[in-house]
Amino acid sequence: MTFDWKWDFVWEIAPRLAAATLNTLLAAGSGYAIALVLGLALALGQRTRWPALTFILRETLEFIRSTPLVLQIFFIFYVGPQVGITLSPWVAGMMAIGLHYSAYLSEVYRAGIEAVPKGQWEACRALNMTTRDTYARIVLPQAVPQAIPGMGNYLVGIFKDTPMLSVIGVTELMQTANAIGSETYRFLEPYTLVGVIFLALSLPTAGLVRLLERVLRRKLGM
Amino acid sequence: MELSAYPLELPPDDRPMVRFMNVTKSYGSLVVLDDLNLDIQRGEMVSVIGPSGSGKTTVLRMLMTLESINGGVIYIDGKPLTHMERKGVLVPADEAHLRRMRASIGMCFQHFNLFPHMTALQNCMEGPVQVLGLSKAEARDRSEELLKMVGMIDKKDQHPSRLSGGQQQRVAIARALAMRPRIMLFDEVTSALDPEVIGEVTEVIRRLVAEHDLTMLMVTHQMGFARDISDRICFFYKGKIEEQAAPEQFFTNPQRERTQQFLRAVKDAD
Ligand SMILES: Nc1ncnc2c1ncn2[C@@H]1O[C@H](COP(=O)(O)OP(=O)(O)OP(=O)(O)O)[C@@H](O)[C@H]1O
Ligand SMILES: [Mg+2]
Repeated sequence: MTFDWKWDFVWEIAPRLAAATLNTLLAAGSGYAIALVLGLALALGQRTRWPALTFILRETLEFIRSTPLVLQIFFIFYVGPQVGITLSPWVAGMMAIGLHYSAYLSEVYRAGIEAVPKGQWEACRALNMTTRDTYARIVLPQAVPQAIPGMGNYLVGIFKDTPMLSVIGVTELMQTANAIGSETYRFLEPYTLVGVIFLALSLPTAGLVRLLERVLRRKLGM
Repeated sequence: MELSAYPLELPPDDRPMVRFMNVTKSYGSLVVLDDLNLDIQRGEMVSVIGPSGSGKTTVLRMLMTLESINGGVIYIDGKPLTHMERKGVLVPADEAHLRRMRASIGMCFQHFNLFPHMTALQNCMEGPVQVLGLSKAEARDRSEELLKMVGMIDKKDQHPSRLSGGQQQRVAIARALAMRPRIMLFDEVTSALDPEVIGEVTEVIRRLVAEHDLTMLMVTHQMGFARDISDRICFFYKGKIEEQAAPEQFFTNPQRERTQQFLRAVKDAD
């Protein structure tokens, strides 16, 4: 066994991996966008005056959180057509990721909202503000900066989970590295490169999230 | 008393600005206010005093509709606040009714509760723009005038975190007044303040009493201040009004044993 790293092979596969990186970013980005919006809706949905809705949402989210993402991906992609919902691997994958992570993000939002002091709600009521304005103008602007570190962690988490989309044939990084490996019987370079790319993308993200949090807090005068 | 026994409206010749009629409030089995009857006349300044836990804050919070009540009816200017008319009888108010009625009431809190992500001016403009539908320019004029009145105009672009407690409380008063309430509630607005800034807040309230025809209900531990500016002192003890009287009478010649005890205890503490 020799450890033979071939640079010319690296350059040869780099364009394919670069294209796959874009796909990975796209999948992570759109999954995250879904999770951000859906997570907020789910967090707010648990705070309505209908206890039944709160109960159903809470149990559903608990279920989503306690089953593997990969199962949810399979489920949406393969079981969907049986009930008449046929989705491309891309769309099914993004929806699975978005749904899965919305369950986690709703918790992050919930904690952020609960951290807003009771006095803020009471001031809104004393000013006769609507519930909608209270959330949109007073509560969420204070809850979101609070939630940003958690939101950032899940962005990195989503990113690291995108290889799971390879199981339904989305040509993201992992799928591409696998394909290169089975075509050329060389695995060292493609997998190493995938690792390096993930590292190179995750690290700055964490830094950016911290920066965003600081900027936002300053902008909001807190 | 059955709800059907309460008038849908108070008669024109008997319409205090606020009437608590047989109001009861409890948390679980703890009865916090027991059959409260209290009238506050138009333009009157009533100070509520009493030992800790006697229900003073609860009275204000019920009036601000921050707490529901368990019995009785509260009337504002003759109209029911906590209830509304349905088929000729009173039923508990829905949110729309509360919103309509709440418009005439403003409140200032012990811990100010300013919006931390807004400047002093934005805090004052928020209600007028979002709730009253004023234009930005109108709301700004109104807010700046009030910030001037409370002496905070030169800090109008500061966020609350950059203001002292006394300054925050003055902004909070301006914010409440910007909604043009007819009734103002103050819950221990100086209790969280350092002694040296209490005066700047009491001075503002003094001016309100002198220059506006607001009806005010104030919970306070500052006996001297209450005596100076109130039309009436209301002494609460264990969820009931133990004694009420004009300040002179109340402080110089309290009738009830418990009032005397309380006033002695307060004096000793000073
Ligand atoms: N949300 C609540 N749940 C349970 N009990 C409560 C609640 N709010 C108030 N109480 C109780 O109601 C009683 C009256 O409280 P309230 O705050 O009105 O007293 P207070 O006269 O304002 O006292 P203080 O001078 O300490 O502010 C107290 O015994 C208090 O413990
Ligand atoms: Mg109190």
